Amino acid sequence: MTVAVRGADRIARAFARAREERRLAVLVYLTVGFPDRDAFPALARAALDGGADVVELGVPFSDPLADGATVQRASEVALRAGVTVDDCIREGAALVVERDVPVLLMGYTNPFLRHGYQRLADDLARAAVAGVIIPDMPAEESAELDAALAPRDLARIDLFAPTTPDDRLARLVPRARGFVYCVSLTGVTGARARLGEDAPALVARVRRHTALPVAVGFGIGGPDQVRTLRGVADGVVVGSAALDAISRAAPSERAGALRSFVASLREAAAP
Amino acid sequence: MTAGRYGRFGGQFVPETLMPAVAELERAFDEARADEAFTAELDRILREWVGRPTPLTDAPRLAAAVGLRRVTLKREDLAHTGAHKINNAVGQALLARRMGKHRVIAETGAGQHGVATAAACALLGLECVVYMGTLDMRRQEPNVFRMRLLGAEVRAVEAGSRTLKDAVNEAIRDWVTNVRTSYYLLGSAIGPHPYPAIVRELQSVIGREARAQHLERAGRLPDVVVACVGGGSNAIGMFAAFLGDDAVRLRGVEAGGEGIAGGRHAASIVGGREGVLHGARTLVLQDGAGQIRETHSISAGLDYPGVGPEHAFLSASGRAEYVSREDAEALEGFRLLARTEGIIPALEPAHAIADLAHVRGRHGADSEVLVCLSGRGDKDLDTAIARLAP
Repeated sequence: MTVAVRGADRIARAFARAREERRLAVLVYLTVGFPDRDAFPALARAALDGGADVVELGVPFSDPLADGATVQRASEVALRAGVTVDDCIREGAALVVERDVPVLLMGYTNPFLRHGYQRLADDLARAAVAGVIIPDMPAEESAELDAALAPRDLARIDLFAPTTPDDRLARLVPRARGFVYCVSLTGVTGARARLGEDAPALVARVRRHTALPVAVGFGIGGPDQVRTLRGVADGVVVGSAALDAISRAAPSERAGALRSFVASLREAAAP
Repeated sequence: MTAGRYGRFGGQFVPETLMPAVAELERAFDEARADEAFTAELDRILREWVGRPTPLTDAPRLAAAVGLRRVTLKREDLAHTGAHKINNAVGQALLARRMGKHRVIAETGAGQHGVATAAACALLGLECVVYMGTLDMRRQEPNVFRMRLLGAEVRAVEAGSRTLKDAVNEAIRDWVTNVRTSYYLLGSAIGPHPYPAIVRELQSVIGREARAQHLERAGRLPDVVVACVGGGSNAIGMFAAFLGDDAVRLRGVEAGGEGIAGGRHAASIVGGREGVLHGARTLVLQDGAGQIRETHSISAGLDYPGVGPEHAFLSASGRAEYVSREDAEALEGFRLLARTEGIIPALEPAHAIADLAHVRGRHGADSEVLVCLSGRGDKDLDTAIARLAP
């Protein structure tokens, strides 16, 4: 491919910079519109100020069956505020313009299907958003969306789980673009006290099939788990714990609390 | 059609963690149904414990009241635990045991599937956890007690609309977490492949029996087969036997709630649009942004914003027709069957009873109509008492 791929380039650049600095890349997930529409933009920027390398913008859905209580509640709040796919793309576009960072949309199939796959691809490309992560769309169901995304060089990041067998990894991991997202545990999202025991083995199995960076997410509660992933993965995804940090803070302290929390992850990501 | 696809409907829209599990389930089910020992044990339990075959009952006073030549009722209300749900529950519980999974998870709306699953698990010595929305727990309280009496743990779901949809979400979250040790016993013909195929297969005993019984009784096939449709398990079980009989019209009756126009209903085919819900591409009640809408029906068992993908396909292909009947009509059907035939139906099939007068309008008074009476009405007495003068 001779044409520069701006969104995907930003992902590669973020992981490359983290690798040069001999640390894990920090990917932060935030539900768009949480805790409210007005507060959200400052929070996304606070995450970047704290050192986030990649921002995943959570598209709220009424039935988030891969998510634990924290993201469920954040999604309900965002939906009460009427947040749509369009809103999420708009937030992403603003972040890219202002901060030149990689942004991904993370959400469930149905709102994207209703938005229209072709229109989604057009809108994401225009916004220079790098791509999407869709936890209820396995590779077997992605052909229609992929056909819309591929001509725009937009990535659809596949998730792989501890239960994914080797023959399936061998078939699907080589098709990955941007980075490979490993789910640390069998379960839904949500901060846990300890890292799932399955994560290191999964990352090792995935690496046999790709030279792309590998990030680990689901269940990462804070700096301690980030530290245990050093030398294992190339990046770490933190979502529920970031939302929890926001929820715990008084309204006027939220941005500061999130910035400090992400900074603590970033510190733990480096040797 | 490839496995798990019904035209453009169906599929496996599940988290990656579950993809190996649905593949394992498909293999296990294919092996089990080819295993004579498995099918013999299922047949024995259906005969000796469920009480199959269920009778086909002529309903001449009902037929006269709605102006049809003949109405026959397939009496799933007489199956053990009071509804067709047991056919699927006991079949899948046997499959769970065969797969070496001793913990069973289920969702329930009206509580009939929960009760059936709890009973099947008690019979086979399996641990049983049932998720149920708190709104449904309130309106179907006797079934909560039944499940607990049968040894199941009933877990209250407070999320969303606190009904069946939210119970399914929570059951899937449990399944994702405990996928290595637990079997998800889905109760309707919904969800990711292979569930719609498994539930259809296990419920198709309804249609097989009814078709043979009708042929024997009337010397011919019915002109129209009517069944209520929420997720659509009793309907697909009934329809399956007649799909090859081109002259037999298949008619599904959805829950029209307080009316389609006002939006407070649960009629996913009549009033929904294509979408993805709970692992399948199907017809879904949703808003313009793709958020799943809250539904309403007087019957908890139909109160669901999606429908089995095969029904979506049968509707699109025109092989089956789908209509909706409102809460008030269902209550009238409930009373009509009680007074004409001495049978109190569940509010779910009461929608099918309420539709019979419209069947006459559409297909003529000369029609012979077979109705799937999917469950009995004991569980709905509180709702009916509140709404009906005696």
